[in-house]
Amino acid sequence: MSETQLGFSQHTGIAAPLDQANVDTDQIIPKQFLTGVTRAGYGKHLFHDWRYLDLEEKQPNPDFSLNKPEHKGASILLARENFGCGSSREHAPWALADFGFKTVIATSFADIFYGNCINNQLVPVALSSAQMDTLFAAVSNDPTLKITVDLPSQTVSFNDTQLAFDIAEHHKNNLLKGLDAIGQTLELTDAITAFEGKQPAWL
Amino acid sequence: MAKTLYDKVWQAHVIDQIGDDSLIYIDRHLIHEVTSPQAFAGLNEKGRKVRRPDRTVGTMDHSISTRSLAIDACGPQNALQLNTLAKNCEEHGIKLYPVGHQKQGIVHVMGPELGLIQPGMTVVCGDSHTATHGAFGALAFGIGTSQVEHVLATQTLKQSRAKSMLIKVNGTLPVGITAKDIILAIIGKIGHAGATGHVIEYAGEAITGLTMEERMTVCNMSIEAGAKAGLIAPDETTFEYLKGREYAPEGSTWDDALAYWKTLYTEEGAQFDSVVELDAADIAPQVTWGTNPGQVIGVDAPVPAPDDFNDPIEKESAVKALAYMGLQPGEKLADIAVNHVFIGSCTNGRIEDLRAAAHIAKQGKVADSVTAIVVPGSGNVKKQAEAEGLDKIFLDAGFEWRLPGCSMCLGMNDDNLEVGDRCASTSNRNFEGRQGRGARTHLVSPAMAAAAAISGKFADVRDYQE
Repeated sequence: MSETQLGFSQHTGIAAPLDQANVDTDQIIPKQFLTGVTRAGYGKHLFHDWRYLDLEEKQPNPDFSLNKPEHKGASILLARENFGCGSSREHAPWALADFGFKTVIATSFADIFYGNCINNQLVPVALSSAQMDTLFAAVSNDPTLKITVDLPSQTVSFNDTQLAFDIAEHHKNNLLKGLDAIGQTLELTDAITAFEGKQPAWL
Repeated sequence: MAKTLYDKVWQAHVIDQIGDDSLIYIDRHLIHEVTSPQAFAGLNEKGRKVRRPDRTVGTMDHSISTRSLAIDACGPQNALQLNTLAKNCEEHGIKLYPVGHQKQGIVHVMGPELGLIQPGMTVVCGDSHTATHGAFGALAFGIGTSQVEHVLATQTLKQSRAKSMLIKVNGTLPVGITAKDIILAIIGKIGHAGATGHVIEYAGEAITGLTMEERMTVCNMSIEAGAKAGLIAPDETTFEYLKGREYAPEGSTWDDALAYWKTLYTEEGAQFDSVVELDAADIAPQVTWGTNPGQVIGVDAPVPAPDDFNDPIEKESAVKALAYMGLQPGEKLADIAVNHVFIGSCTNGRIEDLRAAAHIAKQGKVADSVTAIVVPGSGNVKKQAEAEGLDKIFLDAGFEWRLPGCSMCLGMNDDNLEVGDRCASTSNRNFEGRQGRGARTHLVSPAMAAAAAISGKFADVRDYQE
């Protein structure tokens, strides 16, 4: 493992499979947990409705992936199409990261959620449907399987299998360097001011 | 090369090109209590200021009661969030419309109402239904809290250009078919992720024939098709709506703005990455049967079976959705009883929505088995409805008449459903647990919701037309 506080390069861990499409952010973190005013503490409520049989979160649902003993300590989440659809709530990646996930590997992601992941150093990895089949099968076969996500080489690897993934250059750079996005933009203040000077009067 | 509307608005806002990313200027930033506190905390930690408080407007909508104006009516945690917004707006000089203010309302209802949204603008808000404002030909999209902080500090965002999709709805709408039915039919056709990575432009006679409020309903649910944003080219309907509104330009500035707004259309021969066409005549009143908005059917169609879907993922989703919704394949919607009705939200909480619902409501009484609430989208909508006597129609028919807010669309307040409740809802998401753990949501138009309240089951609103 070679993550630093500032950026993400590579991560190795075991995976928890969530074999379904259209996992929405209401499921990732339901509305009753959105009344906070800080970014911390959402992990305990992650997937609340599926993860617990009761409202008080005292009875874990034994059938839910994250509760199964073989997936304890998972730091990689596997899912299918359109992961993170729905509400723009950044509480969703906050909850996933707070729970301990470093990366989510899925067939595809909803746009806003994808951007929110990048801004929180939670690495969204999009693989093809066939690649996801391979990965789900491998984890089903051996839940202790160590999976490595390597960002510089854009690969997911386990045993002697290596799966390549695409990521936009600027997203990759932001994840690798863990830069302060606002600080970077503030360096362009002169250009922003010049742009504002050219805006029409009604704006 | 011929340009699309999206090309024009995008290019007018690019400040700088940074690798494969663009820095774009944001003209209007709307904020509310749920997705802003961490952004302000981030600014404060680093000693950063809000760059353009004059371009930023706040309202309270998600966490508030619809029964009481008391800030703590939904408990101390909600109150803390609301008070935090008030404090942040005060400290940073941002105009806020708090609970109880005449102009307060759901951010996507009060914003357009005040004329804050104008053609050609870039508009963002920490809320996915910001897509609503595309109805004005503004490039409007939802963002996360880190981006809210970025916009507060810099009035810009780093963005990649999206792909473009043209959705044409041809012909005229049949009687009883609404904007909500159009957008649900579109999502049913292209799927819940059918427009991911795209900005949609809606066009065709059935779209240009819509009022501004109806256009907002269509654009609002662009996100439910996965789109980044939805746009409709501004026209006389748009200009007429804007003229005289509080934040709209006036005098010679209005003339200058109008001349510019009239250039905002897709040029003949402009290319889209994809094109989808629908015939308005084919659209029936829509009802969702599943747990995502793409799982939708006409009111006269049977509940589908998993085997009706070829795609294995859709098949699997249908199995899960039918189980959660407690439905059997082949069931008729007319046989499915509802015990709750919710009329409101940023999708359908405007005055025309309430008029459409009231038109049905006055033809009967809410069934004994049903609890039905009507939640106006803003203080101004509420005032207008009361001036027209709509509140009285609803109350006489047995509906509850509430205070403005997001309410049961997501139930961050106490407007929540219980396990097994089945709700005909004019909101935008039928996700598992959205309106309450174990509760079942069916998305419909306001008229269809009112008809369901009266009949106690799903009813075809076309049978209620006078």
